[in-house]
Amino acid sequence: MRDEARSALAQGLNAALPIWVGYAAVGVPFGVLAAKQGLTPLMIALMSAIVFAGSSQFIAVSMLGAGAGVFSIIITTFFVNLRHVLMSSALALHLKGRSKWLLSLYAYGVTDESFAVNLTRFTQGDWDIRRALFVNHSANLVWFVSTVAGGYLGAVIPEGALGIDYALTAMFLALLVLQITSWLIAAVALLSGVLAVLLSWLCPGNWHVIIATVIAATAGVVVQERFVCRRRNKERRS
Amino acid sequence: MSFTVYLICIVGMGLVTYIPRWLPLIWLSRREINPLFVRWLKFVPAGILSALVLPSLLMNPATRELSLSRPEFLVAMPTLAFGWWSRSLGGTVIVGMLLFFLAGKLL
Repeated sequence: MRDEARSALAQGLNAALPIWVGYAAVGVPFGVLAAKQGLTPLMIALMSAIVFAGSSQFIAVSMLGAGAGVFSIIITTFFVNLRHVLMSSALALHLKGRSKWLLSLYAYGVTDESFAVNLTRFTQGDWDIRRALFVNHSANLVWFVSTVAGGYLGAVIPEGALGIDYALTAMFLALLVLQITSWLIAAVALLSGVLAVLLSWLCPGNWHVIIATVIAATAGVVVQERFVCRRRNKERRS
Repeated sequence: MSFTVYLICIVGMGLVTYIPRWLPLIWLSRREINPLFVRWLKFVPAGILSALVLPSLLMNPATRELSLSRPEFLVAMPTLAFGWWSRSLGGTVIVGMLLFFLAGKLL
């Protein structure tokens, strides 16, 4: 039993570590930026604890700095984070029948990064809500600590040190590779990526992730259904 | 902006962030999901990851210029290859960071 707990912890650590590195690398600069816009470490701490969403926190801080109103900041945050609807939907497949409390606790930690890590592990099997919660909330803690530290530190850490800016990008690339289990999924990923580039180039904002994913996944299902139906019909005839 | 207004702002931000994370988990984990929707959801992770990462590789966030010669994109190629070969998350992150660091020195 103790061995089991230890291996669960080891697996959780192994999965969470890349996220920690990435969050620290993004969290400290966020704190520095927020402090420059006049936020105190307490204000940064509250925002990181209550909102916990990296990109929308950056946007909110820059909007605060530009003197934007509360309502427009909240609406922008809503649209920037709406993509999590898709992530939570995909995660729900693996969290059937869990208690509302556990799911509510889990939902608080759903981010691009924890979603990608946990979903990959769930799909590979050998993963459960305990390990997933550890990934979510340890990442949450690292984000909280590093943003507050950034608020105190100012610009002590040099920009681009040790390629740390690339940590999250490299993690997304690795997770993308792990998702590619068929030609069709590879094609969907490529379509989604190209659409996202075009959309974000044509219309700045944060809709491109949602729109590109919905179109590409729908195209994937359409192609799949065609093939499956055709194969079924062939089998029936023969 | 007073502290109270700031608090209202971040509580509002927290709510509109939490609800889209929470609702599908509660809603979908409690019922039978249409199998067609399940098959659709299986394509979502790869789509999201690609849609998140590719614009950041190809587009300069400041000038909004698209280019195939950005170090982010060039480094992504060997990083993807290493990920494909090793199937290791941590290893790929380290290799990617190292290559990006070296690219910064060379380019």
